[in-house]
Amino acid sequence: MARIDLDLAHAYTANPQRDEDYALLPLKIRFDDGGAYALLGPSGCGKTTLLNIVSGLVKPSQGSVKFDGADVTGRTPQQRNIAQVFQFPVIYDTMTVAENLAFPLRNRGVATEKIKQRVGKIAEMLEMSGQLGTRAAGLTADAKQKISLGRGLVREDVSAVLFDEPLTVIDPHLKWKLRRKLKQIHHELKLTLIYVTHDQVEALTFADQVVVMTRGRAVQIGSASDLFERPQHTFVGHFIGSPGMNFLPARADASGVSVAGQNVMAASAALAGSGDTLKLGVRPEYVALAASGSPGALPAIVTQAQDIGTYWLVTARIVGDPAESLIRSRLRPEQAIPEVGDTVWLAIVGAHTCFYRDDELVSGVNP
Amino acid sequence: MKPVNQKAWLLILPVVLCVAFSAILPLMTVVNYSVQDIISPERRIFVGTEWFKAVMRDDDLHGALLRQITFSLAVLLVEIPLGIALALSMPAKGWKSSAVLVLVAISLLIPWNVVGTIWQIFGRTDIGLMGATLTWLGIDYSYTGNATQAWLTVLLMDVWHWTPLVALLCFAGLRAIPDAYYQAAQIDGASKLAVFRYIQLPKLRGVLMIAVLLRFMDSFMIYTEPFVLTGGGPGNATTFLSQYLTQKAVGQFDLGPAAAFSLIYFLIILLLCFILYNWMLRVGTANKENTGE
Repeated sequence: MARIDLDLAHAYTANPQRDEDYALLPLKIRFDDGGAYALLGPSGCGKTTLLNIVSGLVKPSQGSVKFDGADVTGRTPQQRNIAQVFQFPVIYDTMTVAENLAFPLRNRGVATEKIKQRVGKIAEMLEMSGQLGTRAAGLTADAKQKISLGRGLVREDVSAVLFDEPLTVIDPHLKWKLRRKLKQIHHELKLTLIYVTHDQVEALTFADQVVVMTRGRAVQIGSASDLFERPQHTFVGHFIGSPGMNFLPARADASGVSVAGQNVMAASAALAGSGDTLKLGVRPEYVALAASGSPGALPAIVTQAQDIGTYWLVTARIVGDPAESLIRSRLRPEQAIPEVGDTVWLAIVGAHTCFYRDDELVSGVNP
Repeated sequence: MKPVNQKAWLLILPVVLCVAFSAILPLMTVVNYSVQDIISPERRIFVGTEWFKAVMRDDDLHGALLRQITFSLAVLLVEIPLGIALALSMPAKGWKSSAVLVLVAISLLIPWNVVGTIWQIFGRTDIGLMGATLTWLGIDYSYTGNATQAWLTVLLMDVWHWTPLVALLCFAGLRAIPDAYYQAAQIDGASKLAVFRYIQLPKLRGVLMIAVLLRFMDSFMIYTEPFVLTGGGPGNATTFLSQYLTQKAVGQFDLGPAAAFSLIYFLIILLLCFILYNWMLRVGTANKENTGE
């Protein structure tokens, strides 16, 4: 087990010039010993590259990887004592399930008795005790991936266990079970776990701390509520939540903050001089119906009202906005749900409203 | 009851016709010869299984058969491991990979009789590179005089000619292994040997099966190269089955015994391929049927 410090950048090409040449832009991340982390982002954002750099499969082109303060940048995965589980099941065809699970231990010369005990324990945890003698090649994809997971968890003394979207090939009902298992293992063994996924539910339920990534950049590291309440970057607001945050172009001057030409808030010192790149962000959960003409609210024409089971999702177009911005609101079903074509007043300024300049959160604004 | 539609037979008719003219009819001609003594086109006598009995008692044939089996086994024992080793050491990507592929494939493009000629010259003690070098080193080398050396030269020639085929098949097989396997092995702390034993070799099973069958069948039918190189000599040290057969059929015009032996030859190859194929299919998956599933 180890604390992991990353301070690096990586490019797969030899001479990176522009930002686009980098698979990972310069970043600094600390993974504390015994923490459960998730790397969350869309495909191609660099999360797998980051994971492979931590494990040692990829050497960063710049910067360093430190385990407990010791520089391990040039070390192999074996020397770093890392366990990693891949997206698609990797099993050794000619071995039985038990032999597969024992393989990482056997390669390290662990005593036979100890191997037996560990394999037994892991098999029990994964509910595979009955299949230990079975040849691994004939099993289903689910079972094969469970073996891969088991091989990742069989060593007790690892620095960290890394998961690269390990549940992609698993059936949904089993997914929940396995994720709970992983959580439970984390509590029991106090291992450092890093989990790569593009599924926000998976990331938020699994990890204490989530690293949100996009285009080679780690834009925010925080807990589920941090990511939800105070997205540091418009990408986080947009990516986390279902649907994502509403962003409306705003203007700030001495007389106050206006959206679509209508004043919604008093002037704020932090927003002074923001120019044209200012955006107001508010989550659909916090957009409420308001009385006509109330402060911090805007008139809008409803264009769509959908019943999503436990709530209604109302989409409306702001009246008088040349950009025809749309705003989405989640309303509880017991409320009076407006119909398409109705004009409603939507409150967009409240305690949960955030402001973004050049896509970055502006701190110190108190609406 | 299932509906029966006999029209499907029409679809396989072209294949049946092709196989009939290319394989079955010629084979039946051979069967025809094998049970008759043909003295002239007008005079033929039905002799039953007499030719078969005669062929089975032929000591020369026993010698040729034994030599043939030893040769084919030696070919497999040398070419398969060597081909795998070659494939493992070939560069995997970039221009080097393409260059090596072309170099390795060159010997496969040379016609059989040219290969024989090349080695005939190569082995000459006066002007041949190999023969002259061996003589210079003080080794009394002669592929025309010494039976063992003739035999080794034929084997070496076959290894030179056909190991690249095994190597190319294995190379293709190796490239088909996903990177994740190597990464997982690295994470699991597997040694190079363990990676070969537990990842590469099992994943090569399919192509190795093809390589073994191809090399076995081809080496079992070998004719042109030893014929050009040694003419089957010295004595009959390098007379393999097909050459023995040719001597009988074309040299001595003993069509009956030659036909009878052709059929036996055909059955031997069929049987051995069948055994090899089934054995290789089974190896590595042996206890799959009785556990799990």
